[in-house]
Amino acid sequence: MTAARLRARLAAVAAERRAALIVYLTAGDPTPAATADLIAAAARGGADVVELGVPFSDPSADGRAIQAAMERALAAGGGLAAALEGVRAARAAGVDVPIVLFGYYNPIFVYGVERFAAAAASAGVDAALTVDLPSEELAELAEPLAAHGVGVIPLLAPTSTPARFAAVQALAPAFVYYISLTGVTGAAFDAARVAGDRVAAIRAATGAPVAVGFGIKTPADARAVAAVADGVVVGSAVVERIGAAGADAPAAVEAFVRELRAAL
Amino acid sequence: MILATAHDPGPRGRFGPYGGQYVAETLMPALAELEAAWRAARVDAGFGAEVERLLTEYVGRPSRLYRAARFGAEVGATVLLKREDLNHTGAHKINNCIGQALLARRMGKRRLIAETGAGQHGVATATVAALFGMPCDVYMGAEDVARQSLNVFRMKLLGARVIAVASGTRTLKDAMNEALRDWVTNVGDTFYVIGSVAGPHPYPWMVRELQAVIGVEARAQCLVTLGRLPDACVACVGGGSNAAGLFAGFLDDAGVALWGVEAAGEGVATGRHAATLGAGRVGVLHGSKSYVLTHADDARVGQIAEAHSISAGLDYPGVGPEHAHWRDTGRARYVARTDAEALAALQLLARTEGILCALETAHAVAAVAEVARHHGPDAAIVVNLSGRGDKDMITVAGKLGVSL
Repeated sequence: MTAARLRARLAAVAAERRAALIVYLTAGDPTPAATADLIAAAARGGADVVELGVPFSDPSADGRAIQAAMERALAAGGGLAAALEGVRAARAAGVDVPIVLFGYYNPIFVYGVERFAAAAASAGVDAALTVDLPSEELAELAEPLAAHGVGVIPLLAPTSTPARFAAVQALAPAFVYYISLTGVTGAAFDAARVAGDRVAAIRAATGAPVAVGFGIKTPADARAVAAVADGVVVGSAVVERIGAAGADAPAAVEAFVRELRAAL
Repeated sequence: MILATAHDPGPRGRFGPYGGQYVAETLMPALAELEAAWRAARVDAGFGAEVERLLTEYVGRPSRLYRAARFGAEVGATVLLKREDLNHTGAHKINNCIGQALLARRMGKRRLIAETGAGQHGVATATVAALFGMPCDVYMGAEDVARQSLNVFRMKLLGARVIAVASGTRTLKDAMNEALRDWVTNVGDTFYVIGSVAGPHPYPWMVRELQAVIGVEARAQCLVTLGRLPDACVACVGGGSNAAGLFAGFLDDAGVALWGVEAAGEGVATGRHAATLGAGRVGVLHGSKSYVLTHADDARVGQIAEAHSISAGLDYPGVGPEHAHWRDTGRARYVARTDAEALAALQLLARTEGILCALETAHAVAAVAEVARHHGPDAAIVVNLSGRGDKDMITVAGKLGVSL
């Protein structure tokens, strides 16, 4: 079974009868040296899972906030190798929060899929989520990762058909990431549009917990989504605070995560 | 005319190991819908007749195959220019846009979007949008908006909205990222008209088929003009649509050599170039697996490298997956020409034939002498004259030290 720590954490959260809080950070933003501290800050604030974005030069699924975070990270020397180093440093400091590496496929592909799988496992990554690997193309990454105990997190969208749910079930993921809207990260959010029956249908069809993300910005948004989902992902609102806080980013992240967590 | 070549891609758009559908989940159902509509349309006689009618009456096809005697004497071969520059809107791009806009209408899509580099595809998409009465948004890198101001104005006159993209390197790849963001947001009512044989399946296949009219016509024209097939075909390659369209007519003619010409920018050795097939490596960009210009050192591994070319239309760090396949199998060979060589070729063709070609096209023209040397003085060479040069006059004047 891949991603054992991640599965155990989600099971423990479910036993508390609440939704998991999944916090997105961009590795290398504002500097690669800050990544381990920011992961630790998110964990202290109450994040159940950290989604660590690998900065990419061409983030075609991301909105302005995460594009800007990736540009800051790349300018500061961030990238896939620095992201793995950040995870390694966090683990060395005793941070045990499950970490999902989030990003685009080209850095992993050029690094070498086999080499990435070994490096991710050794650094302490629990799972990988690649926005441009739909279930049809995911096997080329999922199989090498599985051999190292690392999971993959598949995405489903408002446009996904039931036939596509089945392909996700076959992957037996630790959770499914449901995109709340047709759009990019950080888009305008309307809690009323997150259909609880759709989340329930995905949960039933895939047999996996369902986390909902894209556009969730406030504790109130998070609470509304938590009423229907197993997990809530907050990203753009976190990285906007990192962009504004600069060197004080760990304190800003910890405080904001605490607010979000209190709302669940 | 819709050509059904015997060269369909494999499942999920594979050309050998290349191609595929590396896109966000949200777009996968849209790609499935598009593929189904395309598969139905290309064998539908009514659709084919409508494409052919518009290519004839509106675009002005068939384009001429012109024997360039004075230029041929300069390079030492029989040179035949396939005059795509004489199409309505001045380039080959319109062939593809006619087909995709008709498909959009058939699918009930209300709105067109496109990315553009040099602006030729943007102009062609804005043109068909006006023709069909559809709203149209064109994404263009802010850098390209500045260097192709004439085409920006043309698009606006045609009723399109031109959206300058200020992210990343502010060129074609960033325009494509922004167009993908628009499509993922408005996927229900919007048709994304991709301008090259790039992007996720079915685009590389569909665009090649819609451009194959170039090669099919050229082949038939050669048989009339020469009484035989040519020895070689030459075309410039950015994403690769004009080359793929020309090559498609000759894929089964093993005796016809296919030459693609990439942009070497300031020289491949300088690192400031767009020679993706010549100096890139296999990667994943904009929905497909192919060669890309990408960093490979550990610090920047997988980050897309900036492309450089005097020609905005070739200034792209990716290339169509079928070209990657042809490169690997040896069916086509790829060379590169620098900014300076393209500029010289543009001037040579202008002075010997009275034809001002686009800077993109000038890269192909610049390679004809090498192709002639390779195939000998009795060789007949078809060159895809993919676009006219009016849009580039300000750039060319600047490079030649002339202020207008």
